[in-house]
Amino acid sequence: MSGFRLADGGRIDRRTKRNFTFDGKAQWGYAGDSLASALLAQGQMLFGRSFKYHRPRGILGAGVEEPNALVTVDRGPGRITPNLRAPSVALHDGLTATSQNRFPTLKTDLIAVNNVFSAFFPAGFYNKTFMWPRAAWEKVYEPIIRRLAGLGDSPTTRDPDHYDATYAHCETLVVGAGPAGIAAALEAAAGGGRVILIDEQEEIGGGALSDPAQWPWLEEASAKLAAMDNVTVLPRTTAIGHYHQNFVVAAERLTDHLSVDEAEGAREKLWRIRAGEVVLAMGAIERPLVFEGNDVPGVMLASAAKTFALRYGVAVGRKLVVMAVHDSGWRDALALHKAGVNIAAIVDMRRDVASELIEGARAARIACYQGYAVTGVSGGQAVKGVTIALAGVGKGQKIDCDAVLMAGGWTPTVHLWSHAKGSLRWDEAWGAFVPDKTHEDLRCVGACGGAWDYGKGLSGGLLPAPKPLHDSKAFVDFQNDVKARDIGLAVQEGFRSIEHIKRYTTNGMATDQGKTSNLNGLQIASGVLHRPVTEIGLTTFRPPYTPQSFGAILGHHKEALFQPLRKSVIDDWAAAQGAVYENVAQWRRARYFPQGSEDMDAAVARECRTVRSAVGVFDASTLGKIEVVGPDAAEFLNRMYTNPWKSLEPGRCRYGLLLGEHGFIIDDGVSARLAPDRFHLTTTTGGAARVLNMMEDYLQTEWSDLDVWLTSTTEQWAVIAVQGPKARRVIEPLVEGIDLSPEAFPHMSVREGKICGVDTRLFRVSFTGELGFEVNVPAEHGRAVWEAIWAEGQKHGAVAYGTETMHVLRAEKGFIIVGQDTDGTVTPDDAGLGWAVGKKKPDFVGKRSLARPDIVAPGRKQLVGLLTDDPQAVLEEGAQIVADPNQPVPMTMIGHVTSSYHSATLGRSIAMALVAGGRDRMGETLHIPMPDRTISAKVVAPMFYDAEGSRLNG
Amino acid sequence: MILIHCPYCEEARPEVEFAYGGEAHIARPVDPSTYSDEQWEEFLYIRNNPRGRHHERWRHTHGCGRFFNAVRDTVTDVFETTYKAGEARK
Ligand SMILES: [Zn+2]
Repeated sequence: MSGFRLADGGRIDRRTKRNFTFDGKAQWGYAGDSLASALLAQGQMLFGRSFKYHRPRGILGAGVEEPNALVTVDRGPGRITPNLRAPSVALHDGLTATSQNRFPTLKTDLIAVNNVFSAFFPAGFYNKTFMWPRAAWEKVYEPIIRRLAGLGDSPTTRDPDHYDATYAHCETLVVGAGPAGIAAALEAAAGGGRVILIDEQEEIGGGALSDPAQWPWLEEASAKLAAMDNVTVLPRTTAIGHYHQNFVVAAERLTDHLSVDEAEGAREKLWRIRAGEVVLAMGAIERPLVFEGNDVPGVMLASAAKTFALRYGVAVGRKLVVMAVHDSGWRDALALHKAGVNIAAIVDMRRDVASELIEGARAARIACYQGYAVTGVSGGQAVKGVTIALAGVGKGQKIDCDAVLMAGGWTPTVHLWSHAKGSLRWDEAWGAFVPDKTHEDLRCVGACGGAWDYGKGLSGGLLPAPKPLHDSKAFVDFQNDVKARDIGLAVQEGFRSIEHIKRYTTNGMATDQGKTSNLNGLQIASGVLHRPVTEIGLTTFRPPYTPQSFGAILGHHKEALFQPLRKSVIDDWAAAQGAVYENVAQWRRARYFPQGSEDMDAAVARECRTVRSAVGVFDASTLGKIEVVGPDAAEFLNRMYTNPWKSLEPGRCRYGLLLGEHGFIIDDGVSARLAPDRFHLTTTTGGAARVLNMMEDYLQTEWSDLDVWLTSTTEQWAVIAVQGPKARRVIEPLVEGIDLSPEAFPHMSVREGKICGVDTRLFRVSFTGELGFEVNVPAEHGRAVWEAIWAEGQKHGAVAYGTETMHVLRAEKGFIIVGQDTDGTVTPDDAGLGWAVGKKKPDFVGKRSLARPDIVAPGRKQLVGLLTDDPQAVLEEGAQIVADPNQPVPMTMIGHVTSSYHSATLGRSIAMALVAGGRDRMGETLHIPMPDRTISAKVVAPMFYDAEGSRLNG
Repeated sequence: MILIHCPYCEEARPEVEFAYGGEAHIARPVDPSTYSDEQWEEFLYIRNNPRGRHHERWRHTHGCGRFFNAVRDTVTDVFETTYKAGEARK
């Protein structure tokens, strides 16, 4: 037993006990304790096992900088949070915490590999290991390492909690509610503007919480802030990142400090705050010192011991030795002494220490060793004593103690300043980087701005030692188990940039992002390289400041709210019919309509056969639609599309092909001219927004002289495709005012009239090769018209068909789907659509590119049909095609399958493919190697059914 | 989250309302057929990638829908100015 509860003092409520468990063992503390303070009070020194070597580790700090004491808190199924820092976990009744990375128990870790395996884990271990034979890595090393190295386990079930989110705006945002932050908030609030003051701890006060002399002031200031209407105080809230223009994201923890029974509502709330001015008052973090044995449980920061004593009423040991290179170590030692903690000695590397500090120590009967350094720590799972030596190399002497406090100077917390791209300057007095310049309305106050008197000290945390650096087992980064010698090794192996040294050694790359290790690592590298730290630079801080739950970042944007699901007005009808859906872009579309026990193949075969023999009804409402209106509408489309549009008569339709300026197909669709100045355009389902954006771009920025208006009408029209030899008979009884006879209403034309008493734009078009109509009606009437057509269709044996059947039917006709049979590198000629390019047009988007040398060169991939030798073999879409299946691997791949189906109509499989020089290979047999066999197929024209097109007329 | 000033709406709005549109002031030739392959390549693909001031296009997609030009510092992401399409380079 080492630590204990002091007789009095602290901000804990000694009348209210809290019961909790740690590693299954019942423990208790007081209200106001942290998990760390409650366990320290019970004499617990061992909190965890280190990441790589499984070394026993205790508490280092009293705040978010804690690298060692990581615990998992279990609040029930799906509510398991690993890697929480014990000093930052508020104690509540029923808290269930466990230590991590130990096997089987914390005290008896069977894979404590610190001596056995340490030769395995030098700097660059992972880089070097990856160079070993791959098989050895997968079978031998990875399983071992996974067992050895690691942090907590992630939960395996769904997180049942929900997370809130909000936006906030204020004139002044203050991050950090220590004395400097509170003063800044009070000053800003006096001006009348909105002020938000946030702090990561359970209560505001920061450093003042560890200084009883400031408590009366703190109480007064807190009351004043609470009374002001224009001030919002948010404790338990971490500013995780500063983004452009003073946009600060902060996570408020709402329930984790409560027992599971008391917790109600959202677990966390993410604040997105836009502030006129941001004041950073984030304080400073004390630096550890780098010496042999500095990771034995019981070696901790002096400031942490002070916080445990004065804020929580806990002595971290019965006999303490302070190792300082900074005045603050002396001050903390004297404060601890005053609080009743026994300080045996203060060891300081410096010979010159301010006389009032020495006098103070002597008055407290504390032995003082100036010019000395700790050179070793005895004890395995707890400190038993230290060896100190003059200048770190002289004859050693032992001092018994059960805790060692390190005072290595202070590092201003500049993380958010750096997120904001604020520059830093090296401050020799601090031995640290402090804020310099920023273009944001942002300033640092108090310690994080370098403006607080911590006293004087040495910079550089590496203590002199009898052993050379390459033998030093002194730790720099506790969480990632990086030793001083690893940094030396990295430099020795040629790394010079601190960014490279960081990645090679993993110094500063753990979940604490090097809050206690960056500066020490930098200064050790500086020493080995014989270059000043300012030339080596500091690694970049990035959000989040501390690890953040994904739940809060996601907020409400999950499940049905993750992204919008677009449904057509006929969707409910399809659901009632038992449709199986697929998502196309953001749309949910009926894929097929199984009957009874049909699988997809059976349903699709039935739907295809019925469309070809009778009639089918298909919901095409998701097609993108754009209304193009204005005197220059035809001229505009003429410039956009490859096809000629000016000659198109009102009442007629045209298949339009849209290229990018690079000459490749990016969209297509059938469009109709309703009047000289009005077109009804259709686009692919996924391309609607992209095409409209592209058209607006040209219209606004290149051809602003054209008088044209573009309106998205995708959701204004419901579209019902009626396809098949009986299509005309189905709609005939429902249509008024349109002559449906083939002579009056030929293929590729459009008429306006009424259907079921509703206005319609009736297209006679076909994506199936059959006689076909597409009935456009205002969306609000779509369902009623669909049902009327469906009822009429029943008299003619109609089926409802889905996207899968639509795909098969169009493939039988060789119609492409942009994005499936094209991939952004396919020209009209490659796709066999050269006929759709207006040869006489002087210009259109992409025309110039069609004359580029690479586009006209022979051997381009061209769209062809494939018929497998085995008619029942259905090729896999995306499968690669080779000319010679017997060539050695890697084979020369000459193309790939783009579309492939079993065709019920033809009783065999069909496929389309992009193949190099494809149209010159007609009749050739090509090969598609698959894992289990090689499939052979003959190259044919991509037209499998009714080549002469006679079925279009019913 | 950057705030971008739309010169048409005359208001600073969050960047999620906007879409980036590539480098600004690259006019499509009146008659591309007169361009050599090299000139056309230059027009299609060759773009500036400066460290510092960058002239670029943005569209207020989820707002007024207008395209406009901006000068942004690529190091700091600070927008120096935004101006309407068709106005002279700033
Ligand atoms: Zn706007």
